[in-house]
Amino acid sequence: MSDAPVIPQPEPQYATAEQQADTASFGMWVFLATEVLFFGGMLLAYTWLRATYPEGVAEAGRHTKIVIGSVNTLVLLTSSFTMGWAVHAAEHGSRKALTQLLAVTALLGLLFLGLKGYEYHKEWTEHLVPGLNFHEDSVHAQTIELFYFLYFLLTGIHGIHVTIGIGLIAVMAVRARRGAFSSRYYTPVEVTGLYWHFVDIVWIFLYPLIYLAGRS
Amino acid sequence: MKAPPLPLLLTWAALLALLAATLGLAYVPMSGPMNVVVALGISVAKALLVLALFMKLFRASALTRAAAAAGLFWLAVLFALSGTDYLTRKVEHVGDLPAPTGREHQPGNR
Repeated sequence: MSDAPVIPQPEPQYATAEQQADTASFGMWVFLATEVLFFGGMLLAYTWLRATYPEGVAEAGRHTKIVIGSVNTLVLLTSSFTMGWAVHAAEHGSRKALTQLLAVTALLGLLFLGLKGYEYHKEWTEHLVPGLNFHEDSVHAQTIELFYFLYFLLTGIHGIHVTIGIGLIAVMAVRARRGAFSSRYYTPVEVTGLYWHFVDIVWIFLYPLIYLAGRS
Repeated sequence: MKAPPLPLLLTWAALLALLAATLGLAYVPMSGPMNVVVALGISVAKALLVLALFMKLFRASALTRAAAAAGLFWLAVLFALSGTDYLTRKVEHVGDLPAPTGREHQPGNR
């Protein structure tokens, strides 16, 4: 691998490297706008459930694992911080810091998934998995089952996003280590960061809706 | 590794403080739907911090900001138009689902 600083040559359809970078960033934002609607449909279903069966949702919320959920929120918020720091390092062309910060971000993502997996395991042993082993004696059993259906759908799809994010960040870490980026060219790191922060924002909304329902 | 830039560090600290606040306030009994209103308000504040300082949205080009705004606009359309249907619909007790509680007894909600 060459250590020579990368001088970006824009693709033929762009006038300048800057225009190319802006286009890549714009493309990610358009994609994120579609992602808002992807999660929006499921959040609408949740809103309907909670508005229609508030007591059942409150009881279901008390079954969720508040400690794991809160720690995972802490982990994901921190990973967004390290990702933002990584982009800052890329801007300043510090290759070693960029590589390390991307690695830390990916590891925090893995920690999130590990805790999520442990949580799923606990929910399985507590017979809270709709369609597979759901069993609940409460008068609100049906609502709790619908809540957990949405819970697994929302956190599952969010988890897939986290997995994709970890993959992208790992690729960026390897490329950074090989010297693929410089202070003049780091668009892939920046765009990966946008995706990761979006996944964090989705969790920022999932956290109170899932874990904080019915706590008061 | 050099120290992180101060704005990012402060954003992180603010996000953790808001997390602690939302967790604590969730256990405080409030009237009506105030608990969820407060929780979602804090989520909006956290999301704005991430958008503004981590994603640098407000320093981005007008085109980029328009793309972000479009996402929120269509989300609002999704909730508003669906709400006119679902939240005004009379809900019947069907099968062994528990009878809906609360909303259907409110005046003006048929």
